[in-house]
Parts: sequence; structure tokens; C-alpha cells
Amino acid sequence: MQPTDISNPDYFHKVVDCQWACPAHTPVPEYIRLIAARRYTDAYMINWESNVFPGILGRTCDRPCEPACRRGRVEEQPVAICRLKRVAADYKSDIAARLPKVPKRKNGRRIALVGAGPASLTVARDLLPLGYEIVVFDRDGAAGGAMRTQIPRFRLPAKVLEEELHYILDMGVECRFGSAVSSMRALLAEDFDAVFVGTGAPLGKTLQLPGHEAAATNVHTGIEWLASVAFEHIDSIGEKVIVLGGGNTAMDCCRSSKRLGGKDVKVVVRSGFDEMKASPWEIEDAINEDIPIVNFCVPKRYLIENGKLTGMEFEKVRREYDSDGRRLLVPTGEEPLILPCDDVLCAIGQENSFPWIERDLGIEFDRWQLPVLDKTSFQSTHEKVFFGGDAALGPDNIITAVAHGHAAALSIHLFCQGRNVNDRPADLSTLSSEKMGIHQWSYDNDISHDQRYAVPHAAKEQTLNDINVEVELGFDEALAHAETLRCLNCDVQTVFAAPSCIECDACVDICPTDCITFTANGEEAELRERLLAPAGNLEQDLYVSNPLGTGRIMAKNEDLCLHCGLCAERCPTAAWDMQKFLFNPAKAVNA
Amino acid sequence: MSYISKPRFHHPQLEKNALGYVRRDYEGTLTTLCGGCGHDSISAAIIHAVHAMSLAPHRIAKVSGIGCSSKIPSYFLSKSHGFNSVHGRMPSVATGANLANRELLYLGISGDGDTASIGLGQFCHIVRRRINMLYIVANNGAYGLTKGQLSATADLGSRTKFGEESQFDNIDLVSLAIDLGASFVARSFSGDKDQLVPLIQAGLSHRGFAMIDVVSPCVTFNNTPHSTHGYKNAWENSVMLSEIDFVPMREEITASYDAGKDHEITLHDGSVIHLHKTSEGYDPSKRESALRHLNACKSEGRIATGLLYINQLQSDFHELSDSVDKPFNSLNEHDLCPGAEVLEDINETFM
Repeated sequence: MQPTDISNPDYFHKVVDCQWACPAHTPVPEYIRLIAARRYTDAYMINWESNVFPGILGRTCDRPCEPACRRGRVEEQPVAICRLKRVAADYKSDIAARLPKVPKRKNGRRIALVGAGPASLTVARDLLPLGYEIVVFDRDGAAGGAMRTQIPRFRLPAKVLEEELHYILDMGVECRFGSAVSSMRALLAEDFDAVFVGTGAPLGKTLQLPGHEAAATNVHTGIEWLASVAFEHIDSIGEKVIVLGGGNTAMDCCRSSKRLGGKDVKVVVRSGFDEMKASPWEIEDAINEDIPIVNFCVPKRYLIENGKLTGMEFEKVRREYDSDGRRLLVPTGEEPLILPCDDVLCAIGQENSFPWIERDLGIEFDRWQLPVLDKTSFQSTHEKVFFGGDAALGPDNIITAVAHGHAAALSIHLFCQGRNVNDRPADLSTLSSEKMGIHQWSYDNDISHDQRYAVPHAAKEQTLNDINVEVELGFDEALAHAETLRCLNCDVQTVFAAPSCIECDACVDICPTDCITFTANGEEAELRERLLAPAGNLEQDLYVSNPLGTGRIMAKNEDLCLHCGLCAERCPTAAWDMQKFLFNPAKAVNA
Repeated sequence: MSYISKPRFHHPQLEKNALGYVRRDYEGTLTTLCGGCGHDSISAAIIHAVHAMSLAPHRIAKVSGIGCSSKIPSYFLSKSHGFNSVHGRMPSVATGANLANRELLYLGISGDGDTASIGLGQFCHIVRRRINMLYIVANNGAYGLTKGQLSATADLGSRTKFGEESQFDNIDLVSLAIDLGASFVARSFSGDKDQLVPLIQAGLSHRGFAMIDVVSPCVTFNNTPHSTHGYKNAWENSVMLSEIDFVPMREEITASYDAGKDHEITLHDGSVIHLHKTSEGYDPSKRESALRHLNACKSEGRIATGLLYINQLQSDFHELSDSVDKPFNSLNEHDLCPGAEVLEDINETFM
């Protein structure tokens, strides 16, 4: 193997699994250490710079970081990263003075943002401090997009939502809320230097089955129904409710129903429990609220009596795999399942919809009716028009929308200066030693062996009776502190200096997870076979040094490194050093 | 010295041995030696060896004297028996323990000061008495605990960190052991686990007195380019007289060997070692051959390593003295007071 090029920021960034997995690349270990030090405001600001909505995301994020967390590879559960983010938001002090200053004198550029969801607001957040004038359009009467309309208040209290929306809106956004933009042509005719489309995936699907016509008044589209609940247009539902679908919208629908009068609420899913798209913790929360989940039942028709919906019929299926390994749902031949119901909520997916964008403006769409975009700049085939969030690549999640927003804001900034949007500034990274003295580091390398701490919940009697009562209470300071100590500080990197190594084996002997091997060089596949301990996780790199005095190389398997620093503590020549790698993607402000 | 304890998390696919233990189950407390000390690698090699042999920790007794070397039994096999004795007196304690309980495996850990200076007399006698044990000398040619003075094993002309040059010829422990009748004598280097681990396994399987002299650099006081016990010299000037391959009793032999150069030896516990002779005319079953090769290497300033001499047919102390075949602690009243008839039989022998 070639010696590892650690000057490429991607190498160490990848070692910080959580940050690498995060679409916005939030420096997770850095803010967790600040929480451990009870510097909540500092921890909050790191998040705010990176993911814009720490309080919201600390409650609602899809947490791509947690399945990636290294802790999950050395024991059962990853660090509760998401809920620690919430801790920073819950315990911070006033941040007004820390928010970026918005210049009174504008730079003369006006940008239209269509949709007031997380993607658009991220663009606004990045561009306002640079002197841009920002006009935000939304069909709803208030900002927030899916964060407001699709996430129930028992998961995201209004106070938290409003606070974080207002940090941005109060920077001087011109809001044109309450009516949908009906023509891109008309918008482009206005005096905007660029248009950003962050309209999400606003079209819910319903299930057109026999009986639908008669049942229509009691068959609802999940996201539309949730939006109506959010705006308090709907405050009740029938006693017997069937929710169709296995995603997070289905979980929000069933739990909301339970709070609006539903007594017998069931979730019915075509496929198996283990195939459900909903986050495991949201499924768990639904089950904890005594909502049964019925799997392997395919809806067949709405049952109507006297012109009114009375129930649904389902065909029972089982899972089989065809010769290509594709999963099939095959009818079992059993009697159909009949479930009585008063209302049906269809949470079976959502789609993009751009009826308001005329197709002759030069904005191309692909065969899925998604805009044709440059995946880095988010610029469409019309140079002034940029997309982000669900509107760009189809339904995903808030943190992805934020990441798109940052990237699009940078593109818009480059575009408005007449620069090439693909000539982007380099990401920012630093590497600095954590050494304080002999065997003393400026990070806490004595990691905790504790199991993951559960977030306390409010009593069910209380939460099920009021849709505005938040279920999760969040960690208190003591629990939060204990949880922070589970973080392995993966951003504190093991940096190896081959010329200093005397090949004494001290690091090999001390390493708790057998990461380090001194051996002859070879091709990666073959080298992995010769390491001290199995190195089968090919997603994790080997750190390979230049040849040493004996001609051997040092090969470190990054997979299970605990970043405990013992290799560096035992190293007699400081060939190993623990160095903190801080990484932040380039944003508009860096261009 | 590290202040944190070693995290308990280990590699999830760490191999379990026949007893269900992973390697880390054989560890001890975190080392307090200097970072980079060769002795820590000896500890690690012992852990690798006993894990691979699936030895039950409670069947092993660690005995040591005084010195940096003699501290290391704390750092491995924390579930085994242990006795940290007086300076240079480990052989007496090991002898006594071995007499009292012949069923345990005895692992003696000593250093060049403990063995070649204050304990030289004791060492000579335990070799002579053929006590069944593995005696490991962590040999760094310096007195590390007292700030690095030259020890009795420092080679003529070797120099310490402070520039002090050894004016006297060294005591060569392997030659001495072979001369005094040890039946398993080896030398290795702490940095070379590929060699050290199978030697430890073979030494533990060998019945009789086994001794491994391990060049184990003192990273703080005796690791200069002019020290014959430093890492640089050990890496550059080691010459393997034989390569060793250890196959524990339970395992099938899969490797193929060259009949001309390879030497297969079955040990008392059924394990097999293969010796691949890499030096011309060298025969590890002949004392004279071993001593001749040792001296030849020494005169060239090189360190002869590998299994230098083995005689697996020699009787050990218990066989020679016809001692009781059970441990003392399992002898019952009848064993100890067999009655008047036995006494009469004994008295008969004096008639």
C-alpha cells in the first residue's frame, strides 16, 4: 500500500464517523466535549453555525450520525448524539450577542427563496450577514415548512420552533407568506439576482382503492392531515383509526390520532416490521403509546356501509425472495383481514411537485420530474435558479436540507459575484496537538464504559391528553454529563511520525483494540489478512506509514480505535501524537 | 506512567481459546514501566503465548525477584498465583514452590541484575537442580531502577546513555545455562514476537529447566546507538540460529517441512516444535555445537537468537529425587502417616 496521505482532510474527516455521516458535517465530538464542560452556549453555537436548528434537530433529526458512531462498533449502542444536541439548546444562555451581524448597508443583490423550510432558511442565514436582501415566499402563513407542518408539537414544541426560526427571520428577512408562488416566469421577471427553490416534497399520496369515492371524506393524506393539525384546523378524529404506511409520517399520524380522540389506533404496514422506514426510536415511541403495528397486510378496499366508511379489507402476505434476491410479498391465501375504522390516514409517501414552474424557462426536469441539478452547486440548468432540500433530490430529511442550503448559499454568493459556482473554496481543517504534559492531554481520554442513557419521558396520562405536551423531557445535566463521557473523541487523531519510531512495540502492546501492527507492506486486501486482529470492515481505512528502520511499515486499522491515546502515552519517542482534527465545510462566508 | 486505566473494550472478533477466554482475559494491571520498555513486550508475548495454549490462569504460578523486570508479573495473568521475592532469591522460592506443588506451571521472571549479579549463585543452582519451570530473563544490560548503571551482562565496550563504557567482559547467561545442564536454552528479542511467542510456548511445554534470555532494551538508560542491548543493535545484529514453529498438542500439523534442515521435536505434553536451522552445521541437540555457534556470533558482535539448545530426554528434579507425585496440599492423613507397616518396611531397608 502507498503511505497514507494525512494532508488530505478527507482522511481524518472519515475517522470522525459521526461528522462524516452528517450531511452538514457538524463537528460532533467538539460540541460534546463542550457539553461535558457545561459550556452549553458554546456547544450550541457550534451547532448553530453548522446545522442552523440545534434545538429542532436535537429533537427531530434522523440522526445519520448515530448508526455511524464508532461506539456502536465496540459496544451495543452509539452515543446519544442527537439528544445531547438538544441539551446544548436546552441549557444555553442568551445567544443574541453571538449571532452574526447583518450589515445595514446592503450589497445590492436580491435573492428570492421559495418555501420557508429548513433549506431556504439556511440560505437566508448564510447570505443575510453578507449583505444580501432576502425575500422568502411560502404558501403557509408562517415559516418552518415541514418542521412546522409535518412534525407534531409533542415532538417539537412551538416555543423551540419559533425561537430558532426567529434567529433567522429577525435578521431582516422580507416575508411574503400566505399565498403560493404560482409562476416561476413571473418571479424571474421580478428584480431578483437569483432564485432558490426550497419547496420540499409537498404532495402526499392517497390510496385509490375500491370504495375510495364513498370513503373520501374519511380518508386523509398523512402530511396534509398533519399540517391541518399543526395549524389547528383539525382537532379531532374518529375513535377507530387506521394509519397506512411504515415511515416516520405514519408514526406521527398514529400518535397524533391517539391525542385527538382516537381510541383504537392501528398502523398497518404492507411489509415486515424490520423493513419499516420509520426510525427505530419513533416506532418504539408509538409502541410505548400502545399503538399496535400490523405487518404483512396489503390494503385491498375500503368497506362502506350506508355510504359511510366502516373499515378496510387487507390481504395477508408473506415475504419471499425471487432468484435475483428481490423481496416479494406473496399472498398467503388466508382469510382477508377486516379492520373496522372511522378514519384512514395514508402515510404512504410524498412527492415533489412543481406545477408552478413553467417548462419553457430553461429549467430542465428529469423523468421523475425532479430538477436537473449540479450535485455540488445545486444550480439548475437555468443559471439563476438553485434548488435545495426535498425539492432538489426528493424526500429526505431536515439535516440534508440544511446541508443543501449551505451549499446553495455558497453557489449563489459565487454566482452573484460573477464567479464560477464550481470553483469552490477549500473546506477548513486544522490539526493541532492535544499534548499538555507527560501523559496529559487537553481532552478526557479516560472514556466511560457506561451503557447508553435513556432520555426520560413525561407520563403517558399527561402526554396523551394534550397534543402540545412534549413527550421527551430531555436529559438533565447529570444524565447529559454521563452520556457525554461515552463519546470516544474520534476527532482527536492518532498521528504517526515514521522517522521517530524505534519499533519497540509499546503501542502494539498497549492498544486495547489491537489496531496497530508492524509488518511487511503488501496490497491492502492481503495486508488486512495479516494484521494482529481482524480488519474486515472495508469502509474503515488502514493508516499506513512510510517504511521504518527494519523495512516494515506501521499499519493501523482505524475501525475500532478508541482514541484513548495510550499508544501516544506509551510511545517513548513521541512518534505517536494525539492531534485534534477540526473540520468545517466551506460556506458562503468563506468565499 | 499512564494515569488512566486501559479501556475494557476490546476487538469484538477477538479469538476465544479452548477455555473460552480472549487474549485480554490474560492481562494484568496497566504497566508502570517507562513507555517503550522491552519488558512490556515480554509481558505481551507471555499473554499471547498462554492464551494460544489455552492455559488456565490458576494453573500458573509467577515468581520473580527485584528489579524493573521483576515488576512485570503484575502486568499479565492477574488471575494466576504470584510471588514477588527478595532480590536474586527467586530461584529459592521457585524451587520450594515446585517441590510443594509439582502440578503448577512455574514462570520465573528475572532481570540481568537479579540473575547475573545478586542472584548468580541461586541461578546456577536452580539450573543444576533441573527444576521444571520456564525462567525468563529480561536482559537490558543496565540497572534501570537505579538510573542505568552498567550491569554484569553489558557487553565489553557497550556504552550507556551517560557515556559509561563497559570495561569488563559480560556474563553470558545462555552459555552459562547450557554449561550448567539446562535442558532448554533460548535467546530472543523483546521486539520480535514472531520468535518470542513460540519460544515461550515451547518453554512452558518443556519438562525440565527452560531458560529464555530476552534482549529487552532499557529505553530510558541503555538505548543508545553504542549499546549492544538497544533496539537498533538488536534489530540489526540479531542472527537466528533456528526458526521455531510451535504446534500445541490439540492442533493438527499443517505446514510442510524440509527434512534436511528441519528438526521435529515432540515435547512431554504432546506439543510439537519444528526447528528450522538457518545456520550451517548447527545442531540444537548438541551442547558443543550450540556453544560453538554462540561464541562465533559473539566474536562477530552479533546476537545469536532462537532455540539454542534442547534436550527433552533429560530427567527433571522430581524424577531424580523420586518425590511424591501429588501436590503437598492434596496429601491426606493416610498419605502422610501410612502406618506401622510402612515404617517397618522402611526400617527393613536399614538392616
